[in-house]
Amino acid sequence: MSPERLPVFLARRHYRRRRVADAARLLPLTGAILFCLPLVWKGSPEGASTVGAMLFVFGLWVVLVVLSAVIARHLRADETEHPARDGAAEERPDTS
Amino acid sequence: MGKTVLLIEDEPNIIEAISFILSRDGWDVKTHANGDDAMAAVRRRAPDLIILDVMLPGKSGYDILAEIREDADHGGTPVLMLTARGQTRDRELAERAGANIYMTKPFSNADMLAAVRALAET
Amino acid sequence: MTVLNLLIVVCLSYVVLLFAVAFGADRAARLGRGSWLRSPIVYTLSLSIYCTAWTFYGAVGFAARSGLEFVTIYLGPTLVMIGWWWTLRRLVRVGRSQRITSIADLISSRYGKSNLLAVLVTVLAVVATTPYIALQLQSVTLSFAAFAETDPTATTLPDMQSTALWVAVGLALFTILFGTRNLDANERHHGVVMAIAMEAVVKLCALLAVGVFVVWGLAGGVAGTLERIEASGISRFEVSGARWVGLTMLSAMALLCLPRMFQVMVVENEHEDHLRTAAWAFPGYLLLMSLFVLPIAALGLDLLPTGANPDLFVLTLPLMEGRDGLAILSFLGGFSSATSMVIVAAIALSTMVSNHVVMPLWLHYSGTAAMVSGDMRNVALMARRLSIAGVLFLGYVYFRISGGGTALAAIGLIAFVGVAQFLPALMGGLFWRGATRTGALAGISIGAAVWLYCLFLPSFGPEMVVPQSVFDHGLFGLSWLRPRALFGAEGMDPVIHALMWSMLLNLAAFILGSLLSFPLPLERLQGAQFVNAVEHSGTQAGWSGGMAQSEDLLIMAQRIMGAHEAQALFAAAARRQGVAGYLPEPGPDFIQELERALAGSVGAATAHAMIAQIVGGTAVSVSDLMAVADETAQIMEYSSRLEVQSQELARTARQLRQTNEMLTHISVQKDEFLSQISHELRTPMTSIRAFSEILRDTGDLGPEEQKKYAAIIHDETVRLTRLLDDLLDLSVLENGQVDLNIQSGSLTGLLDRAVRAAGGETGDFVIRRDRKAEQIELTTDLDRLAQVFINLISNAHKYCEAQPAVLTIRPEVNGTQLVVDFIDNGSGIQASKQAMIFEKFSRIGVSKAGGAGLGLAICREIMARLGGDISYLPGQKGAAFRVRLPLEIDGPASQQGRSKEIRSKETDSP
Repeated sequence: MSPERLPVFLARRHYRRRRVADAARLLPLTGAILFCLPLVWKGSPEGASTVGAMLFVFGLWVVLVVLSAVIARHLRADETEHPARDGAAEERPDTS
Repeated sequence: MGKTVLLIEDEPNIIEAISFILSRDGWDVKTHANGDDAMAAVRRRAPDLIILDVMLPGKSGYDILAEIREDADHGGTPVLMLTARGQTRDRELAERAGANIYMTKPFSNADMLAAVRALAET
Repeated sequence: MTVLNLLIVVCLSYVVLLFAVAFGADRAARLGRGSWLRSPIVYTLSLSIYCTAWTFYGAVGFAARSGLEFVTIYLGPTLVMIGWWWTLRRLVRVGRSQRITSIADLISSRYGKSNLLAVLVTVLAVVATTPYIALQLQSVTLSFAAFAETDPTATTLPDMQSTALWVAVGLALFTILFGTRNLDANERHHGVVMAIAMEAVVKLCALLAVGVFVVWGLAGGVAGTLERIEASGISRFEVSGARWVGLTMLSAMALLCLPRMFQVMVVENEHEDHLRTAAWAFPGYLLLMSLFVLPIAALGLDLLPTGANPDLFVLTLPLMEGRDGLAILSFLGGFSSATSMVIVAAIALSTMVSNHVVMPLWLHYSGTAAMVSGDMRNVALMARRLSIAGVLFLGYVYFRISGGGTALAAIGLIAFVGVAQFLPALMGGLFWRGATRTGALAGISIGAAVWLYCLFLPSFGPEMVVPQSVFDHGLFGLSWLRPRALFGAEGMDPVIHALMWSMLLNLAAFILGSLLSFPLPLERLQGAQFVNAVEHSGTQAGWSGGMAQSEDLLIMAQRIMGAHEAQALFAAAARRQGVAGYLPEPGPDFIQELERALAGSVGAATAHAMIAQIVGGTAVSVSDLMAVADETAQIMEYSSRLEVQSQELARTARQLRQTNEMLTHISVQKDEFLSQISHELRTPMTSIRAFSEILRDTGDLGPEEQKKYAAIIHDETVRLTRLLDDLLDLSVLENGQVDLNIQSGSLTGLLDRAVRAAGGETGDFVIRRDRKAEQIELTTDLDRLAQVFINLISNAHKYCEAQPAVLTIRPEVNGTQLVVDFIDNGSGIQASKQAMIFEKFSRIGVSKAGGAGLGLAICREIMARLGGDISYLPGQKGAAFRVRLPLEIDGPASQQGRSKEIRSKETDSP
C-alpha cells in the first residue's frame, strides 16, 4: 500500500497494535533462524550431542509457543491491516 | 338452409342464446370460442356474416377484426361486434377497427335480429 | 480372553464410539446446539490430522535411524502456525470469502476459475495422496500383526490383506456417512470434525502415556533418560545441514499444501478468529507429540533385540514389558492417527474429484437441459460418494501392489514433495497480482514432472518403473538427466535433491510464465480479490444480467442447493430488491451472489460454468477494470466513495421510478377496474336478458327447453350474486373493516373442511396429504383461512389439466410460521403471468363460467389480514401456491402493510 493514503500519526492503541502485528510477522523468521543454530554448533565437540541439541530445540519451541500465545492475545484475526480511516482521523489530534 | 353466420364468443350461455335466436330466423350458425385461431375459423367457414365478441381468450376482438379486414377473400364480410364493456372508448375502437355494427351487452333479441338482418342485406 | 481378542473388542468399541460421536455432533449441529462443537480448541485439535500414523509410529523409527532430525517434520508446521498473521490468515480469509471447497478450487478460482488448472491440481493431489492412504492402511495392519506375534495363543496370524481391506471398507463407510451428508462444503462436517478432534486427544494421550512409562517406568526419570540417550547409537548430533533446513521447509510447505490440511484449516474453519488460538495451541500440540520421541527411540534401541522394527517401538516397548493395557492404548493412538488422516483426505480428494472432474464432464455431456431438469444434487452427492470409495479403493490397491514393503515407509516425505508443487501457484496467487494462469499451469506441470521423474517413480525401486540404466546413465543416455543426479547434482539426499530441483524449476516456470503471458480480465479481477483480501474486498467480475431467466436459475439452484436453501436465497434477494415473490431481478449482483453460493457446493469453476450456460457471458465493466488497473490508493478510495454515492443515487432513482410506476398504475387500474366490473356484470345479464326474452316471446317452446332456459337464467343470477358477494368481500377486506373471528383449531380439521367444501376428491382429482405433518395447532381466523384453502383446492380442481390431477398439500412449521404449499401436477402458470394472478379479474387460460377472477385477490387480502401472505412458488412441476401465516395471530397488528397501499390505490373505486 502506498504510504500517502494512510494518516501519518495513529492513535496510541492503533500504533501498539501495528507493532504487535510486526512482531507476529517477525516471530516465524526469528524462530527459523534460531532453529538452525544447532547446525552451527555441530563442529564443536561438546555441541555435537543429541541431548544438547534436543534441550535447545525443545526449549526454543516452548518459548515460541508462549510468545505466539502472547502475540495472539493482542491481535484480532478479522481486523484489517489498516484501521478504519475515519477512526484514525478522529483520533489524530490526540497524538499529534 | 340459409346463410351462414360465424359467432365468435366464449360464454357458453350467450352462444346458446344467439344460436337459438338466429337458427329460428333461418341462419346456419357456426360457433368458435377462442381468439387465437379465429381467423382460421373464418377462412374455413367462409361465413356471410360474423358476430364477434371483444373479450376473448387469446386474442382480442379488435385484433381479429383487423385481421379479417386485411384478408383478401373475407375482408368484406360484414361484422357485428359485441362488447360487455360499454364505454364510448370501446365504441370508437370498434368503429375504427372496421365493425359494421356495434352492440353492447346485454342486448334485446329483437335488436340483435334486426341488426343481423340489416347486415345480411348490404 | 487373550490380548489379541481383547484388542479386537476394544478396537471395535472404539469404532462404535467414533460413529456415535460423529452422529451426536451432527445431530447437535442440526438442532442448532452446536456452538460448543466449534470452539477454537476443536479447530486446533482437528488440525492434528497433520500427525498421521506415519508420525505417530514413524517419528520414533525416524529418530532411531537419524536422531534429532525427525523433529524437522514438526518444526516446519510450527513456524507456519506462529507466522499465521502472514499466510494462514490470508488463506483462510480468501477461502471463506470465496466459499472455496478445496485447494484445487482455490487455485482454479484465483486463476480465472480455470478448470484445467483444477484438474491438474486434483490429479497431482490424488497421485500424491493415494500412497499416503496406503501407508496408513499398512500401519494399522503392521501394528495389528505386532500384537498377534506376541500372543502365543493365536494359532494363525491375522491376514494382513484382509485387515487392510476391512479397515478401508470401514473408513469408506464412515466418510460417506458423515462426509457427504450435505452437499454445500461450507456447511461444515461437524460430525467428522468432532470425531477427528476426539482422535486427536486419543493419539496425544497415547503417545504421552507411552512416553511417561518409558521415562519414569523404564529409564528411571529425566536424568536417567538423558543418560540413556547419551549412551545410545543416536547420541551424536550428525544432521546434514541441507536435510535439516530442507525438511523443515518441506514440512512447512506441506502444511499449507496438503489437501487434507487445507480441508480442516480453511474449508472447515468456522471463524477466522480460531486461528488466533491455533497459532500457539497447535505448535504446543506438536511439541507434546514429539516430546518423548527421542527417549522412546533410545530405550527401544537399547532394550529391544536388534533387528526389531523401530517404526513399532511405540507399540513393542509396552508389549515387551507386559503392559498390555498401555499397548492397547498405544494401538488406539496409531489407529486414530491413521483413520483420521484417511477420512479427511478422502473427503478432500472426493470434493476435488467430483467438483473438478466428474461434474464438469457430466455437465459437458448433458448440457443445459439436464442441468435444469435433471437432479443435480443427487448427481453431485453420488459423484462425491463414488469418489470417496474410489480414493480408498485406490489406496487399498496401492497397498496390495506395493506389498506393504519398505517402499511405503518412505512415501511420507515423497508425498510432501509432491503436494509442495502447489505452493508457488498458491502463495504467488495470494501475494502477487501478476501471477497468471499460464504461469501456474507451467509451474505445477514442470514441478510435478520433476517430482515424478526424480522421486516418485524411482521410489518403487530400480527396475520397477524406472530401469536401472536410466538410474546409471540418465534418460536417453543423457547423463545430466539421471533421476538421482539431475544436472549433475551428485551425492545429494534423494528427497532434498528432488525438492530442490522441482521447486526451483516450478518457481522459475511460474514466474517466467506469469511475466510472459497476459491474464484474462476474469483472472485479473480474481487476482485483485485474492491479493487484496485482507485490506479490503474489491469488486468481482460482473455478470451481464437481464438475459438470465430467474426461474431457470431457481430451478438449477434448487437442484444443487436443495429447494429450501435455494428458495430462501432467492426470496431474500427478491426482498432486498423490493420485488414480491420468489423471483428477484437477475441483476449482476444477484447472479454474483448465486454463483458464490453454488461455488460452495460444486466449486468455483463449475458454478461459473453452470451460470454461464444459463446467463450467457460475463461482463467485465469499465469500473471493474479500473479497480484492477488502478494501483494508486487515492483512486481506490475515491472510486469506493463514488460507488457508495452512485449506489445511493441508484436507490433513490429506483424508488422514484417505483413511485411513479405505482401512481400511473393506480390510475390505469381504476379505469381498468370499472371496465372489468362492467364486463363481469354485463356478461351474465346478457344471458339472463336473452333467455328471458326467448321465454317471453317464443310461443312454441317445449317444456324441456323451457326448463333448460329457466335453469340458465337461474345459474346466471347465482353467478351475478356471487360476483357481488365477492366484490363486497374484497372491498371489506381491502378497507380493513373486517372483524377477525380468532379461534384455535388443528390444521388437519381445517384442511378436511376445505377439501369437503371444494367438492372433495373425485376419480380424476386426487389430493395427496401428509396427515402426520398436519398435526399442527393454530390460532387465527379459521373460517377465513378455510376460504383461502377452498379457493386453492378448487382452483387446482378446475385448472389442473393432468389426468388424473394430483394436488399435493405440504404443511411445514418454520419457527413461529406455518407454511402450507399447494402443488398440483399440471403445467403450472407461465412466468409472464405469475405476477398478475393475484390481481383482480385476472384469469389464466380459457375462462369458464363461474369464476370472476377475484378468488386469488381475495385470498391475498385475507392472508394479509391474517398477518401472512400467499405467493406463487415458481420452479415446481405444476402450479404451486405457498401460504404463510403465523401459528398464532398477534391481534390487530396484522392490519398493516400492503392493505394500506391497496386502500390508497382505490379510494374512489365503487
